[in-house]
Amino acid sequence: MEVKLLTRNFDRPESWTLDAYEKAGGYRAWKTAFALEPEALIQLVKDSGLRGRGGAGFPTGLKWSFVPKESSSPKYLCVNADESEPGTFKDRYLLEKDPHAVIEGILICCWAVGIHHAYIYVRGEFGLPLFRLRDAVREAYAKGYLGHDVDGHGFDLEVTVHRGGGAYICGEETGLIESLEGKKGQPRIKPPFPAVKGAFGGPTVVNNVETITTLPWIVEHGAAEYRKFGTEKSPGTKLFSVSGHVVRPGVYEIPLGLPCKELVYDLCGGISGGRTMKANIPGGSSVPVLTGAEAEAVNLDYESLAAAGTMLGSGGMIVLDDETCMVWTLAVLEKFYAHESCGQCTPCREGTGWLRDLVYRLEAGGGKSCDLETILSITRNMMGTTICVLADAAAMPAASFVQKFRGEFEAHVGAGHCPMRRRPAHFLTAAH
Amino acid sequence: MISHRKLDFRTLHFGGEEGKLIPALQKVQETDGYISRERILEIHRQSGVPLSQIYGVATFYAQFRFHPVGKNIVRVCHGTACHVSGAKGITEALEEELGVANGETTPDRQFTLDTVSCLGCCSLAPVIMINNDTYGNLLPKQIKKIVKGYREAAGGVVQP
Repeated sequence: MEVKLLTRNFDRPESWTLDAYEKAGGYRAWKTAFALEPEALIQLVKDSGLRGRGGAGFPTGLKWSFVPKESSSPKYLCVNADESEPGTFKDRYLLEKDPHAVIEGILICCWAVGIHHAYIYVRGEFGLPLFRLRDAVREAYAKGYLGHDVDGHGFDLEVTVHRGGGAYICGEETGLIESLEGKKGQPRIKPPFPAVKGAFGGPTVVNNVETITTLPWIVEHGAAEYRKFGTEKSPGTKLFSVSGHVVRPGVYEIPLGLPCKELVYDLCGGISGGRTMKANIPGGSSVPVLTGAEAEAVNLDYESLAAAGTMLGSGGMIVLDDETCMVWTLAVLEKFYAHESCGQCTPCREGTGWLRDLVYRLEAGGGKSCDLETILSITRNMMGTTICVLADAAAMPAASFVQKFRGEFEAHVGAGHCPMRRRPAHFLTAAH
Repeated sequence: MISHRKLDFRTLHFGGEEGKLIPALQKVQETDGYISRERILEIHRQSGVPLSQIYGVATFYAQFRFHPVGKNIVRVCHGTACHVSGAKGITEALEEELGVANGETTPDRQFTLDTVSCLGCCSLAPVIMINNDTYGNLLPKQIKKIVKGYREAAGGVVQP
């Protein structure tokens, strides 16, 4: 069952224009928000139980309350639209179909926290979402929703759209800030957290596009109404971007706590070709994998997925059918992380490279029986030993793939080829 | 040859703050199609940012290129979803059709072939992007027709 809070305008004609958005009741929530005191607004968001939709699931209201009220340096909002996690494509849809909802969310957040300059950090590879967002910002400026003295309320807000340069690590909040400042996107050591010292040395809120876009609905309908969806600890709805071997891949907005079975088999039409689900990566490529049976038993909310040993992450679900080689899938993943490691921390820089090489060798059938233990040992040495969580993001899938599909990995050892796809061991050298 | 248009990098400020380097590099790539040694020197002279820092930043991001490219950039997605849906076959079809390997440019400077990590539209897997156009749910046999469209269009557009 889909619930359309965030995606409510998606089906309207030309939903990305200011006209269409205003006709659909847009920019009303902003007026409601402005009538509230900032403290009351933060309390409202706290009451709604909204949690960050970028991956970590940190309570949004709480994050805002860490920003000092009085600050000698300017405060900033960075909207994280650097959506690069393989399997995740929800923010792309929000920017493409409802960019004004993002802008209205920015207005609400900035009023609550007392920010006068917001950056939207858009992924470099995005074409249409970027153009639509730029147009929307231009329209909003022209109509007086942004700029000096917004809507005649005596509140100033500048919004800058920044196009990223194409680096996965810039989705990490401090990496994003570094990149915004014109440097290499290498994450910073925390503390100080961005809420205290972030962009250009000022207190900074970094929120995901989906989090920001949820705000207008919450302000308009109230926290209690929002809590009617989802579960007690994971209230509200979440966008899931489902890809891989399903009949109808795409973005679905569901109330949190929906059984995974319902999403995969009812909304997405089941596994394509009448095959069965072998594995399911529920929250973007960096979360631990679930076997088909585990996925069919789990509910999609933060707590249930944590109990199942994985994470909700960004909601980028990748479904794999029974003909997929898990070793090969992991090889592709590890190649990605080895390429995207920023190189600051040794365990990550070296670990991701070793994982990639070992898994590629296994995939090609040239692995040794001790390789599986080596992979697990590398992952243990990567997790929790680095500045940011990219090392964990590379290690968690590796560990879970090997643990849950050990038989398949063992079948590759010494086989001379991939037993799933019967390919010769030819691309060991050509792969990277 | 690309004519050397004058760019003023001093005007690329964000409201008086730092953080102008990446937009400056993007501007160069938009104008020239790639980032040349001369342009890096130009940014350095005008902005005062150390050369090592400019080069460090430019090489950190996947978007920036240091060699001239074809008029049309063909990017093949190799994200997880595209991989399991047959990105390899698409890449091979493109390599055969264009006669170049990954990362290379055709001799007539019409096409550059690139494989990328993830284009972020996994529901359309397997996906390719030519300039700013996206093609999804592809089969290797469709490649010929798509490429032909760009061959025929006189004078493609340089991808920013």
